[in-house]
Amino acid sequence: MSKVIRVVTLTIDGQEVTGREDETILTVARQHDIDIPTLCFLEGLSGWGSCRICLVAVEGVPKLLPACMTYCSEGMKVQTENEQIKAYRKSILELLFSERNHICSVCVSNGACELQALAQKCGMDHVSLPYRFPSYDVDSSHNLFRNDHNRCVLCTRCIRVCDEIEGAHVWDLADRGINAHVISDLNAPWGDSETCTNCGKCVQVCPTGALVQKGTAVAEMHKRRAFLPYLNAMRGNHG
Amino acid sequence: MSDTATKIKVATIWIDGCSGCHMSFLDIDERILELAPHIDMVYGPLVDLKEIPEGLDLVIVEGAVANEADLHHVLELRKKSKFMIALGDCAVSGNVPSMRNPIGQKDCFERAYFENADTGQQIPTNGVPALLKNAIPVHQAVKVDLFIQGCPPPADAIFFVLSELVAGRVPDPTKVTRFGA
Repeated sequence: MSKVIRVVTLTIDGQEVTGREDETILTVARQHDIDIPTLCFLEGLSGWGSCRICLVAVEGVPKLLPACMTYCSEGMKVQTENEQIKAYRKSILELLFSERNHICSVCVSNGACELQALAQKCGMDHVSLPYRFPSYDVDSSHNLFRNDHNRCVLCTRCIRVCDEIEGAHVWDLADRGINAHVISDLNAPWGDSETCTNCGKCVQVCPTGALVQKGTAVAEMHKRRAFLPYLNAMRGNHG
Repeated sequence: MSDTATKIKVATIWIDGCSGCHMSFLDIDERILELAPHIDMVYGPLVDLKEIPEGLDLVIVEGAVANEADLHHVLELRKKSKFMIALGDCAVSGNVPSMRNPIGQKDCFERAYFENADTGQQIPTNGVPALLKNAIPVHQAVKVDLFIQGCPPPADAIFFVLSELVAGRVPDPTKVTRFGA
């Protein structure tokens, strides 16, 4: 017997909306043209909830909740922006910018980068934290693509798309905390990967200039994501 | 003329940057005539003055703080001014000059003055200020009041910010520019 999915009524920013109880606040908000900024979330991939950019306030809950991972419930009152949320989003962005080497002006994704766009949208005019200036490798061993760890925000979109859509599971996260980084296979150079199908889906879903096509110069890397909703629709995947 | 009394005293400085931000400033073209009645340019690459004057209302800094002279200049400018703008990505974030930081000074010197030098291989020390360990954004050396991102910030953004400031308002530059713009 299939589970009965109820339709619930909730308010987002004072607006009364309806959604299914198996839908997240983010999904319902977007269905009603209410904007909540996201970074690790990408429609068509499973939720991950790591970046915390989509944090929202829910009445009666003492902490902020990620809209991409929180399901709707009857009578829920959601606020998508207030001074605390704005400050949190800015802090998250400052942490991301200070953690690795994001030099927008010389990046292939300049002008088409989700991190850069978020910084502007959230009014992050500078990074108040000290920059770490870490030393990261650039893996150019693949004949088509490049992995520049300096630009990675650990959103794991590449890991998820490769696992869930391509079915190859080339990518994974290695190490923990500040040392966490994306690896291909069992930490082999990408070009030596035995599982990579060269499909490029990871490159197209990457929000920044971390995974890119070779041969692109500054501001030339534009990601194409049309395949994701198309493949999901063709395969009958609905969330 | 009582004019100069009401004008704001402005200094600009070009430290570790490419001068592109100053170029972009000049790119406001004839609109500079709209600003001219309100500002008095007293120090900077466009003014032939050796000492930083006292009583500055506004200082505009282009470039990262990368060596001891840069640091000395921004400290002095900060002390003598009421309001400081970090102009452009180098001043705001370190940008391209900061790309040497993860590599380290020793390897940078090795590359620049030995591997790439055909003759006279040596690390210059005479008449040049010592490099700081890292090239850092201006606000990590002194307090900065306003940040204008961009590489360079578009002339329109610079004009917008300056015209708002001379009108007595403090604008939000993220509305008109961003990192890498």
